[in-house]
Amino acid sequence: MRFVRGFGRFWYDFVVGDDWRIAAGVVLVLAAGAVLVATDAVSHGVLVPLVGAAIVGVVGVSIVQGARR
Amino acid sequence: MSTTSALFLVLAAFLASAVEMVEALTIVLAVGVTRGWRSALIGVAAATVALAAVVAVLGPALTLIPINGLRLVVGTLLLIFGLQWLRKAVLRSAGLKAHNDEDETFREEIEAGRGAGEQRRLGLDWFGFVVSFKGVFLEGLEIVFIVITFGLNADDVPAAAAGAAIAGVLVLGIGAIAHRPLAGVPQNTVKFAVGLLLSTFGTFWAVEGLGVFAEGSESLEWPGGDAALPVLLAVWAGFAWSAIRLLRRGRLDPAGA
Repeated sequence: MRFVRGFGRFWYDFVVGDDWRIAAGVVLVLAAGAVLVATDAVSHGVLVPLVGAAIVGVVGVSIVQGARR
Repeated sequence: MSTTSALFLVLAAFLASAVEMVEALTIVLAVGVTRGWRSALIGVAAATVALAAVVAVLGPALTLIPINGLRLVVGTLLLIFGLQWLRKAVLRSAGLKAHNDEDETFREEIEAGRGAGEQRRLGLDWFGFVVSFKGVFLEGLEIVFIVITFGLNADDVPAAAAGAAIAGVLVLGIGAIAHRPLAGVPQNTVKFAVGLLLSTFGTFWAVEGLGVFAEGSESLEWPGGDAALPVLLAVWAGFAWSAIRLLRRGRLDPAGA
């Protein structure tokens, strides 16, 4: 049990790191992007920079949160 | 892949690997000095074998995933990984997070090594072996992750591996000659550069990989194709620079305003 917990902890630290908001935000932005791609709701020429800008926004929020701590 | 992209790829693999190797070297040197070189070096050798096993399993397994799915999954992981580095680098540069200090880490590891009890297993000083093994394996795993993901996504594993190999020769060579931690390496600056490069490639590939959801599963195209990479790098660098300036003036931190 200790091994499983340690193994899980290692992968969490390795992938998610010390701010889970970045991981959650990136996944949410990409999920929204996937929906827009699948439904063909926005042209790809607009969607690509839009998703990129949203990712920059995610980091901005995380940095502001980090600065408050 | 264009020459510019290939150069970015080698540079990213080189810098990321160098940072991880400097950290592993600090741990191994501290263990060697306090607990003896035999156990420390056997720990390094065991970790190297374990890493080779990870590469042997992970590498071929990843090639089975279709390229667009791979770009999305690996791009996302790389992006999360890179953004964490970038976030920490911005907070460090703004003076809101402590800087990494290899001399300090070396002193802490030396103290831990001297304070630990003597326990022998398989003819080895077990503390020395385990600390050395863990240090090299965990830092090495990050290198393996970066080299494999970069290499497969860019369809140029040799270029990524070359970047890591150059870093290995350089760091280990200097470490073997100096016999002390590489405190002179501007590690925080290098980490900043690595954060920028990982975020750039991660954004590029993750967004391209969204094409897996499109009809025909074609990759999404960035405007200008590979030429978008330097533009993305400039965007991330501009964002980080602005964030540091605003944080220093207290404008991004309502608590400090």
